[in-house]
Amino acid sequence: MAQVITVTSGKGGVGKTTSSAAFATGLAQRGKRTVVIDFDVGLRNLDLIMGVERRVVFDIINVITGEAKLNQALIKDKRVDGLYILPASQTRDKDALTHEGVGKIIEELAKEFDYILCDSPAGIERGALHALYHADQAIVVTNPEVSSVRDSDRILGVIQSRSKRAEEKREPVKQHLLLTRYDPVRVERGEMLKLDDVLEILAIPLLGVIPESESVLKASNSGNPVILDNESTAGQAYADAVARFLGEDKPHRFLDTEKKKGLFGRLFGGRAA
Amino acid sequence: MSWLNFFRSQKPEAPSASAAKDRLQIILAHERVSRDGDDFLPKLQKELLEVVARYVKIDADKVKVDLERGQGMSTLAIGVELPGNGTAKRSAA
Repeated sequence: MAQVITVTSGKGGVGKTTSSAAFATGLAQRGKRTVVIDFDVGLRNLDLIMGVERRVVFDIINVITGEAKLNQALIKDKRVDGLYILPASQTRDKDALTHEGVGKIIEELAKEFDYILCDSPAGIERGALHALYHADQAIVVTNPEVSSVRDSDRILGVIQSRSKRAEEKREPVKQHLLLTRYDPVRVERGEMLKLDDVLEILAIPLLGVIPESESVLKASNSGNPVILDNESTAGQAYADAVARFLGEDKPHRFLDTEKKKGLFGRLFGGRAA
Repeated sequence: MSWLNFFRSQKPEAPSASAAKDRLQIILAHERVSRDGDDFLPKLQKELLEVVARYVKIDADKVKVDLERGQGMSTLAIGVELPGNGTAKRSAA
């Protein structure tokens, strides 16, 4: 049975698309047939982060209006088997999305895929509601920063009240916290909310902590999901999160400042990899 | 910290920022052109298929549209799977 996973946050710029791309790629790397859908109609960016922007022919709106078949709009990833991308429309407005239209697409995708990832736009308006409506599980991407934590709390409330599962009074959407851009050095200095603080406030299970890393910008520059960079701490942290999602018991890494490094290491190698 | 970088071993890695710029220039050039115009691809596909369908029976599901946007040139490839003799799926209608 296919699972619909919505990647959401309320706040913009916290790493939803980076996380969607990484997570979808990670699931496919582990042999799960995975499709990742961009719900940010009018401002699509998943195509850029996945590096398929030049190959977009049709989009989700074309499929909903019947101008294109679903399999024509799906873009097959050339790096990882079993990974597909369904882009958002750049030219239409978001009114073209309907719960029924999206529902039909998800129903059709569910026949072929194990996981359907929905990359939500920022906000709690239409686009975000469409992205979370069909969710079985939600990954809430949060930065250790006050406005992001508040907005995450808000979106958690929206998931609990506005999802299809909530409307049908079924078992609620399973929620996961993904804490991104975590900087242990600043946490240690008391300048950044600690993981435990965020967990205490949001009170949902932790899926992973992605450390602040230079490799994330490099990955988006080149259009390769950061999880493919398995030397980077962020890439490894995403791979751990995917493993945990699939039920593996992985200890959390990159939570503390590196103690092993001597003075020399700290002076000369202190930048985030 | 910057003067210290001098002593760090520099990895001979292709700078990713130039890749970012190249990718943006190509995709934005295409998007700016099509911003005000209609999205012509669905219509183009429909009309092409109508022409092909006049001569052969085709399955709309077996049509593949591939586009590769490049600098200065893009390639549009439309693949139509034609039913062969014997192996053809015949529509029940």
